[in-house]
Amino acid sequence: MKFAVVSFPGSNCDEDLYYAITDDLHEDATIVPHTTTDLTEFDVILIPGGFSYGDYLRGGAIAKFAPVMAAVKAFAQAGKPVLGICNGFQILTEAGLLPGTLQHNRQMRFICEPEPLLVENSQTMFTAAFQDQQQITLPIAHGEGNYYCDDATLAKLRDRHQIAFTYQHNPNGSVSDIAGITNEAGNVLGMMPHPERAVEAIQGGTDGLLVFKSLLQAHLRTV
Amino acid sequence: MQELKTEPTPAEIRAQKPYEAWGLSQREYDYISQKLIGRLPNYTETGLFAVMWSEHCSYKDSKPILRKFWNDGSRVIQGPGEGAGVLDIGDDQAVVFKAESHNHPSFVEPFEGAATGVGGIIRDIFSMGAKPIASLDSLRFGELDKPKNRYLLTECVAGIAAYGNCIGIPTVGGEIGFDAVYDGNPLVNVMCVGLMDQADLKRGRATGTGNSIIYVGAKTGRDGIHGATFASNEFSDEKAADRSAVQVGDPFMEKLLTDACLEIIHDHSEILMGIQDMGAAGLVSSSAEMASKAKSGVTMNLDLVPQREPGMSAYEIMLSESQERMLLCVKKGEEQTVLDIFARYDLDAVVVGHVTDERQYRLYQHGKLVTDVPVTSLVDDVVERKQPSKKPARLENVQSAQTPIVQQPAETLKALLAQPTIASKRAVFKQYDSQVQANTAVTPGSDAAVVRVRHTKKALAMTTDCNARYIYLDPYVGGQIAVSEAARNIVASGGIPIGITDCLNFGSPNDPESYWELDQSVQGIAQACERFDTPVISGNVSMYNETDGHSIYPTPMIGMVGLIEDVAQITTQSFKTAGDAVYLVGTTGDDFAGSELQKLRGQITPIGQLNFNLDAEAANQRLVQQAIRQGLLQSAHDLSEGGLGVALAEALFEYQLGFEGKTALTNSQLFSETQSRFIVSVQPKDQAEFEALAGKQAVLLGRTTDQDVVQLVTADGQLTASSSELKATFGGALGCLMK
Repeated sequence: MKFAVVSFPGSNCDEDLYYAITDDLHEDATIVPHTTTDLTEFDVILIPGGFSYGDYLRGGAIAKFAPVMAAVKAFAQAGKPVLGICNGFQILTEAGLLPGTLQHNRQMRFICEPEPLLVENSQTMFTAAFQDQQQITLPIAHGEGNYYCDDATLAKLRDRHQIAFTYQHNPNGSVSDIAGITNEAGNVLGMMPHPERAVEAIQGGTDGLLVFKSLLQAHLRTV
Repeated sequence: MQELKTEPTPAEIRAQKPYEAWGLSQREYDYISQKLIGRLPNYTETGLFAVMWSEHCSYKDSKPILRKFWNDGSRVIQGPGEGAGVLDIGDDQAVVFKAESHNHPSFVEPFEGAATGVGGIIRDIFSMGAKPIASLDSLRFGELDKPKNRYLLTECVAGIAAYGNCIGIPTVGGEIGFDAVYDGNPLVNVMCVGLMDQADLKRGRATGTGNSIIYVGAKTGRDGIHGATFASNEFSDEKAADRSAVQVGDPFMEKLLTDACLEIIHDHSEILMGIQDMGAAGLVSSSAEMASKAKSGVTMNLDLVPQREPGMSAYEIMLSESQERMLLCVKKGEEQTVLDIFARYDLDAVVVGHVTDERQYRLYQHGKLVTDVPVTSLVDDVVERKQPSKKPARLENVQSAQTPIVQQPAETLKALLAQPTIASKRAVFKQYDSQVQANTAVTPGSDAAVVRVRHTKKALAMTTDCNARYIYLDPYVGGQIAVSEAARNIVASGGIPIGITDCLNFGSPNDPESYWELDQSVQGIAQACERFDTPVISGNVSMYNETDGHSIYPTPMIGMVGLIEDVAQITTQSFKTAGDAVYLVGTTGDDFAGSELQKLRGQITPIGQLNFNLDAEAANQRLVQQAIRQGLLQSAHDLSEGGLGVALAEALFEYQLGFEGKTALTNSQLFSETQSRFIVSVQPKDQAEFEALAGKQAVLLGRTTDQDVVQLVTADGQLTASSSELKATFGGALGCLMK
């Protein structure tokens, strides 16, 4: 299975994702630059965390104009899996691939902590290896992770089971405790917590590995 | 040579003496004119001499003392004198580290001052060829009852977070202390650790006649001019307006610069002859030092230097401390390869000069030769000054510290846990990304941070330490203790201490008492380093930490790195399960000199005599090391500020355990700060083996429980407290004080 990790100038979790896939999931991964225009050879696209283009304006606000984004959109429209983590989530909302937006944390400070989460929907290609309502712990590390959407969008997210993960002790002020959502089709997931930082016991936990295992299982079913 | 019209002529400079305000003394000016260059220096040259001869760049005052440091040892690949020191960690890999202070800028402009402190030290690490893998921050502020200190703390932390989080290097540890002596003179010391293959080692050398000097990174602006001189003077409130001496950081630019430089080092090592950060005194210090180390000369055309604004003089271009800039020496004919790589990262890279064999330092601007002096006159010929030194009066006829009476040990413990120096720093640490790179095995809050070395069994433990209250009481013994405490932190984490870096934060070298304190503490540090086989491989001196004539406690911060040979031996301070036996390693006396209890009881300025024995220290460290190696310890925690009481409480918090036990110590001895001690926990099945190994070095204190109670019977009373209440006090104190 071939994973692409899209690296923008300023991405800083690209290597962590690469190693999570190659060392821990034991699958194939390639770090592709922001100038790439064709991603069709890959099975999954991963958009990593970091501070793309410095994020001096707003998380992901510049990255959405990067040359690679047309290929990312085409990939998503073809129904293939796209996972954005942290800054990757911000980029996907800025690019319009996911609804809502990510504001500054309620307390206006960066927060880095292990955070208990609930799996709200285990029927997606990103979460099938979990149980519904399973309690897991993943690290968060963000300054702009406060998810916001209007009431109508929230109602739609709920109705269509697009809420994938919620926080158990809302750390940043996110609407409805949202930590991760999918698009309506279910093939694009954005999440603020970092599954790639929880794939080996030495990192403090392995719950994150199940996100990547879910993708692998979904892929094996299709081939 | 013709001068720019707006600049004074050499004769006018001699008459008006602007160099005195830049920190160059009359004697030095005369020596330079008469002995070194044989004529009067022009305006640009005078400015170059002033910064290059500042203490910050030349270490002219501290060098006679710094030579007393021990920097040998079998692991040393590169000692002091380069961007950072390098130690062998086996498997053809090396660890690279250094610490640097950014005290003065952080007082004037705390956010940018602290942020650029992080940026500067990172460049020192990757300039050696290493990937930066962790940073630590050692901070000191005045007490938080003053709004100014709360502001400085909040802004410094925000600056460190903004820079470190963006660039993707985990901030894994450090320490924060509070004392009124740091009012008006906070300390911001940043340590960065890098990892490299030994084959990638690079140095700051301008070698090979005709090779090109390439300027890379951010454009040069008027920021930070005379930053080095600024750091080599006493500070006053008036100078707080001197913001042009503070630089502004751009972590995004630094990330690109790091990645691009490391790509060249990895893929084109053979054409990269040397590389150095443009740090203090910017372009002049990097180019002159690179030429000095290579025994070559350089010629540069300043018109080619990328500039942020028009009309900058040669003086401004050379002295600017704009951030995120590097200087490379690249083989002639191969420049395009390097320029292409930087172009891919959208970074400026320009050939600005070349290496010559004349050992002359020449600068051209607008077609004119504006500087023409021997390289050696800027770097090697700086006249060292061994300053007069005098033992401070306070250290004659020292009174002994009184043993405080403790009637309610639980209340005393709570009060100590709420002291900002002791209380949990989580409110600060959680603002730092401590896990990016996905290698952090022990996050901030334990004795030392631990970062594993991916694709090996190894890990690196790292810590920063200094109890300045002890240094104030006895700089020599205090220096030994600072190294020993750092080593205890490494050992408690499962590592072998392998080397140190330091930031020597002291008062003015012109004050004989400050100079004596520096000399004594360096000797104490050196002796302990030799004992623990931890050479001093890099470091930084920050003197003139005085504001309006009021000096800080001498604060030689020690940054230590340890090697953990197998990640299975990583140990943390927390007790793991109920039912484990808890032992105290080391003997306890009535040591209250400089203690937190002494301070809590109103003795703000420490008094008393320190007791310390390096042999006992080494023996106790060996015991803990051996016990970890044999797999006997569930946890290990070093005893420091607040003594046994505080250490015992801290070990209970993570897994919400209780404790029940009995000790022959008195109530007050629970808070004694006798050195060389650890608290460790052992599973019942391993107790016999541990006791046989430890002999008289360890004594059983009691057991962990699953109750919410800490109960310790002492010789003259009993400590009884709720574990969760202690945790709440410890966890909440700093956050409350910061509001």
